[in-house]
Amino acid sequence: MKWKKLGKIFDPQEHKPFNGSAGFAQSPQTLVFDDFVRIYFSTREKDAESGKYCSHIAFADYDKQFKRILRMSDRQVIAPGNLGCFDEHGIFPMNVLRHKEKVFAWTCGWNRRVSVSVDTAIGFAVSIDGGLTFNRNGEGPVMASTLNEPFLVGDPFVNYFGGAFHMWYIFGQRWITKDHDRPAERVYKIAHAASEDGVTWERDGMPIIADRLGEDECQALPTVIFAGEKYHMYFCYRFSEGFRTIREKGYRLGYATSEDLVTWTRNDDKAGIDISDTGWDSDMQCYPHLFWCNDKAYLLYNGNEFGRYGFGIAVLESL
Amino acid sequence: MFRWEKLGRVFNPFDHNKAEWLKEFAQAPCVLEYDTFLRVYFSCRPGPDTCGQYVSYSAFVDLDKTDIFRITGIAEKPVLELGETGTFDEFGTYPISVIRDGDLIIAYYAGWTRCESVPFNVAIGRAVSHDGGITFIKSGAGPVISYDPDEPFVISGPKIRKYGGKFYLWYIAGRKWIIDNGRAEPVYRIRMASSDDGLKWKREHRDLIETRIEEEAQASPDVFFKNGKYHMFFCYRFGTGYRGHERGYRIGYAWSDDMYHWVRDDSKAGIDVSDKGWDSEMISYPHVYEGAGGIYLLYLGNGVGREGFGAARLIGNLK
Repeated sequence: MKWKKLGKIFDPQEHKPFNGSAGFAQSPQTLVFDDFVRIYFSTREKDAESGKYCSHIAFADYDKQFKRILRMSDRQVIAPGNLGCFDEHGIFPMNVLRHKEKVFAWTCGWNRRVSVSVDTAIGFAVSIDGGLTFNRNGEGPVMASTLNEPFLVGDPFVNYFGGAFHMWYIFGQRWITKDHDRPAERVYKIAHAASEDGVTWERDGMPIIADRLGEDECQALPTVIFAGEKYHMYFCYRFSEGFRTIREKGYRLGYATSEDLVTWTRNDDKAGIDISDTGWDSDMQCYPHLFWCNDKAYLLYNGNEFGRYGFGIAVLESL
Repeated sequence: MFRWEKLGRVFNPFDHNKAEWLKEFAQAPCVLEYDTFLRVYFSCRPGPDTCGQYVSYSAFVDLDKTDIFRITGIAEKPVLELGETGTFDEFGTYPISVIRDGDLIIAYYAGWTRCESVPFNVAIGRAVSHDGGITFIKSGAGPVISYDPDEPFVISGPKIRKYGGKFYLWYIAGRKWIIDNGRAEPVYRIRMASSDDGLKWKREHRDLIETRIEEEAQASPDVFFKNGKYHMFFCYRFGTGYRGHERGYRIGYAWSDDMYHWVRDDSKAGIDVSDKGWDSEMISYPHVYEGAGGIYLLYLGNGVGREGFGAARLIGNLK
């Protein structure tokens, strides 16, 4: 794969998503229209009392060359979760897919815990106004913890292949608690689920991507497209500790291919994109999103500090 | 018509001083029959921690089959370990419901985690005993019944039964959290699910028992088949201010011909609080079993079982 970086296209300092936003534009995800591309992302609000962040979904509409922002959402596209619900403390990310006259969304909802920082689960919501607003199908998640996926079920990416919905997502394997003076750190892996309706999912709780950094490697936000007779997956991965501050331990983009959607061969060396020497994506690259627009494949992604400074885009030059 | 003749308290943990983990409470009794004794599983707690918070374990006492007031054994250690950091059952395993299935002894239990905005969340786990019911090994690190769109939180109070080769689970699901004097209180209702293998469950997704009182919370849906009918004894309380006599737990009754559709008639429950003594403020967590010389009801008294459980004997017929 060969990607040409087109640079950062969204900066939350420059384009305030909406009032109260505390920066961040994470995990960009697209909905392609005839004459523009809507990019959803998670932006953050800081809770005045606790100082903790809460993520909300906003969007920016771009022209199809990604040179100009045509419109921005002036509010959250999906209301916050209710007290005690899986998505009470934010949604990050939200993946969207057009299905017939509707737009389906799969959300990763966050709720704060006491012994660990957070748990997540995957919710489902539908838009009947072309993606301006979304309504949940219920207060609870469609993909929560199971016997073999005990926590941190999240990062959904759904595509429709061969007459069925396929979801790639992550689940937590363990919380590492080596040092009791420091918060526990999580380990999560990429898995796959299938569904006929997008709501009821079959899954087996098996990781599908081989580890590169050992068993404590964290793998996040898979994204899949079909091109040149193969399925291509990008995702991000990092070390389980030190990843926030040490450049070498932070997120990088990984790459895997499959011919049957079942078996994946990881080959990060062929990803064709890496961190830059300087600039907004020089310390890390994370939260990739693949999509087609005007017969070209594009890759959206976040850079340093998990997307605090926005997201950028690259275009595929050759397979 | 039937009524329950109270026989008195069977087990009070404060009488035994058995171990720190079995210091207070003997909640949600559940009987498993052996050749020469009855094993009554229940949930108990060590004293509260420095923040006033409890964890809960599950334990058992063995009772003489012909004289249930004669205790012949007490668990030496918890029948289930608490979960690892970040898992659904890290802070408690309460209640537990145990059943024989061929040579196996299987337990379903509610696992407790602690949350930030509400005090806790609960999901249902499964475990199997390989030592005749003394300890249980979890079927996975996560729950077997977790949250879904229609049952967003507090999935608890499992009661496992097997009829006609199929497993049935009655349980409760949270409907909402009420804030009362700054404290979040859950409202939950009785539901059911069925399964061929005990692992994959089909939920009914509706409240089985109509409500009678304001913001009613229902628990302990204990189903007993007798005289061609299914009988359910359960407990219910007001949504708030339920820690005392007026609004605390009482035992309700419903019957069904098909176990799916229930007619509530609390006037037939045949048991109420006593004028004085250990069960004078509230009665809760009923469990019916057939034993020597009749049908018995185990139940909790004041403080939701802080000082143990008692028994009553059926007078009349369950019809």
